[in-house]
Amino acid sequence: MSIYQLDARRLICPMPVIKVQEKIKELTVGDRLEVICTDRGVLHDIPAWCRVHGHTIVQMEQAEREIKIIVQVEK
Amino acid sequence: MLAAKTIMAQGIQVEGINFYTGFCVEGHTHAIRNKDQAKPKRNNALWVAEQLGIKLHIIDIVEEYKNVVLNPKHGYGAHLNPCLDCKIFMVKKAKEWMEANGFDFIITGEVIGQRPKSQRKFTMPIIATQSGANERLLRPLCAKNLAPTLPELEGWVNRDLLHDFTGRSRAPQFALAKQFAIKDYAQPAGGCCFLTNEHYSAKLADLWQARGKREYEIDDIILLKVGRHIRPQDHFKLIMGRDEGENNFLEGYRTQFVHMRVLSHMGPLALIDGEPTAEDIYLSAQILARYSGGRTEATVKIEVNSREGVTWPLEVTPFAADDIPKQWYI
Repeated sequence: MSIYQLDARRLICPMPVIKVQEKIKELTVGDRLEVICTDRGVLHDIPAWCRVHGHTIVQMEQAEREIKIIVQVEK
Repeated sequence: MLAAKTIMAQGIQVEGINFYTGFCVEGHTHAIRNKDQAKPKRNNALWVAEQLGIKLHIIDIVEEYKNVVLNPKHGYGAHLNPCLDCKIFMVKKAKEWMEANGFDFIITGEVIGQRPKSQRKFTMPIIATQSGANERLLRPLCAKNLAPTLPELEGWVNRDLLHDFTGRSRAPQFALAKQFAIKDYAQPAGGCCFLTNEHYSAKLADLWQARGKREYEIDDIILLKVGRHIRPQDHFKLIMGRDEGENNFLEGYRTQFVHMRVLSHMGPLALIDGEPTAEDIYLSAQILARYSGGRTEATVKIEVNSREGVTWPLEVTPFAADDIPKQWYI
């Protein structure tokens, strides 16, 4: 398992989701992707995208200005 | 949603494609404003995919789409909406995706006569041929009103189980939704694109006119969705938040612009788009003061910030409502 980082700050939805989608194509099962975002829309959209593609949200943290989401690749 | 359900009911695997043009109207865009906080903060395409239980692929076409908006071969609709060219382009991109991912045909939710520009009987074959999808483009909701396509001729899809919807009424769609036990659905076509909005199109036209050239970047078209836009002269305009939600959104753009805040009273954040002179900044401050809590005061204190991070104060007399000509409002 490897952990990868993705900076999606200042991108507004759906661009963070598109970036996650593109990055996950390069990863393998069990890898984790840590995404840092600023658009609160990701709180809904990244989990929704993970649900339709069968990936798991491992962690979701919301600070004052930034949101960190960790996705585990499942298939 | 209904087209996908119709095909899935025949045991066929369907996956969704959603194109991001930059002009999309989404729950998040609405949710920027305080008054729209109650609206669902969802991406409709993802929500639909989840209801259908299918995968959804969101594709960024912002750069390629510029040519569709700037040079539509088939012209614009009522505003700056190049609906027919848009549909041709998206079906063309869907065909590319289909071929790259091993799928056999494309379905859309089009219905003959549903939309005045892009969904007419004579536009259906134009979309199929000019996109290059040809006989691999199937419209399940109105297929029986069109010539059989390859999936029907090959027997991949049972034509008898497709539909013959036509016209602007959505009653047959509502009936089919009921049949599929669908109670909630996303915005029907047209209302999902800012280019069909009169006020938005006017702001885009103003941008092109003021710059003397028809072009845009993604930040330009995002900012046209937000705030009050006031253009005193061709070379600069103000963008002011209309509430806390918009001010917070504009905060993310402030370092790209000369921007101003009201120091002495409550007031919005204002960005100045363009290359303002000192006089322009003073005039902008008077406009901003008009929209602050100090609009009836003799003077209002404003803080001006350059793109380079230099800050200086201004004390101005707020404009009265009549001091701002109506034609300045975009």
